[in-house]
Amino acid sequence: MAARAIWKGQLKIGTTKVPVKLYSAVQDRTVRFNILDDRNKMRVKQHMIDPDSGDEVPNEEIQKGYEIEPGKFVILTAEDLEALQPPPSRDIEIEEFVDQAKISQQWFARPYYLGPDDGDKEYFALAEALQNQEKEGIAHWVMRNKYYAGALRAIDDYLYLFTLRDAKEVISAAELQKPTGAAPTQKELAMAKQLVEMLRGEFKASDYKDEYRERVEKFIQQKAKGHAPRLKAVRTKPKTNALGSALEKSLAALKKGKRAA
Amino acid sequence: MSLFPAARSNRASLRMLGPDGQPLARKYFAEKSGKDLDADEVVRGYEVNKGKYVVVTDEELERLQPEKTRDIDLKQFVPADSIPPLYFERGYFLTPAAGSQKAYKLLAETMDQSELAGVATFVMRGKEYLVAIFSDNGILRAETMRFADEIRSPSDVGLPKKKDVPKATVTKFEKLIKNKAKKQFSPAKKLQDKQTDDLLKLVKKKEKKRGSVVEVETGGDSDRKVIDLVQVLKKSLAGKSS
Repeated sequence: MAARAIWKGQLKIGTTKVPVKLYSAVQDRTVRFNILDDRNKMRVKQHMIDPDSGDEVPNEEIQKGYEIEPGKFVILTAEDLEALQPPPSRDIEIEEFVDQAKISQQWFARPYYLGPDDGDKEYFALAEALQNQEKEGIAHWVMRNKYYAGALRAIDDYLYLFTLRDAKEVISAAELQKPTGAAPTQKELAMAKQLVEMLRGEFKASDYKDEYRERVEKFIQQKAKGHAPRLKAVRTKPKTNALGSALEKSLAALKKGKRAA
Repeated sequence: MSLFPAARSNRASLRMLGPDGQPLARKYFAEKSGKDLDADEVVRGYEVNKGKYVVVTDEELERLQPEKTRDIDLKQFVPADSIPPLYFERGYFLTPAAGSQKAYKLLAETMDQSELAGVATFVMRGKEYLVAIFSDNGILRAETMRFADEIRSPSDVGLPKKKDVPKATVTKFEKLIKNKAKKQFSPAKKLQDKQTDDLLKLVKKKEKKRGSVVEVETGGDSDRKVIDLVQVLKKSLAGKSS
């Protein structure tokens, strides 16, 4: 079943415009529960209460505040918040293009597909051009009363728009200092490289499964049929507490496997 | 080894307050009777059919959790730029535990030089995560990843198949891209959340205005401190526990 577009707009590069539709590229598979009243197993609702009196506070009496220090709030009125909203626009403005590897993984927040709207010649031509040049565009746009920054990238003939995080939120490794201690010797490095090479492969997402989610889903199905299995308490594995030892263990196991083969 | 978020949480989060400025709490209530419900009066249910729920208890969920372990289980190493950004969810910096600085530095240096990222699984807060570990300036950073079945394909979305496009149109776009190409990418300039900045500016302005600020008794948690994540990280990287 085809997905519904969540937004319509146009890519704007200088004076060139390419009409596009925006689709979510991800589908959250987290097992979602509803909260039920234990007495009758009916869905419950939520409201806001004053925790001291326990009384409900109706929506029209709720204010929004920014906590400047514990217990001290600056009230922001509905008018204040509305005035902060950007003027609506359909333009996804592409200001510049950079080499693909220039944006660290850290910045990427949420992926969206762009699909062609109103003719797909320009859409696929732009994707091809981006791919040929191995570049991605830095995009800015307004969607649902909010400013967004993003990266426009072409992967396998299609255009993606990734929302990027706010520069003030992301902590860059450059702000930090490397761990203390002696630098590894050339000999140690050579050995480590050799070990890492043994585990070298191609990333294939389908090699990995969310086993916890699968267990929860299976358990729910069994319980729905009336025969839930008895579950044992989770064991706690002894803590090895070192990244290095985990690496060493993986490598040792691998070497043993190779020798046995 | 310890994990720290690599991004600060929303800078502009607002609290819901009552008419006198008292912070409010969310509460469940039964729709029919209007009765407020405490945490021990509600259960978690999964809707199997319309209106029919299977109740799942905390204990059951806990028992379905993966074995508790702090190990990062490295499965393989892949070229650092080969994982499509579609998979990345959230970043965490890894800091070495006391006594493991050497192994940490060796791994970071090795990954740096061979331009590889490690793919690993590990358990955090009762959930198993798939992560890619990058060496970033000598510091290890784990990015949690979505699983393959959480990513939609172009055909899932219903995008049309690619058609041949005129060479001239491609060339037109290539020229546009070249004209607007930049050598460097500057997040501090290009990724400013102006809306949040403006909100914080407005807060500063209103802070001085009478009638815009409310103060309430905070009870026992008045010594709640704002944690400076960068300072915590620096301490932890230097091998000092906070």
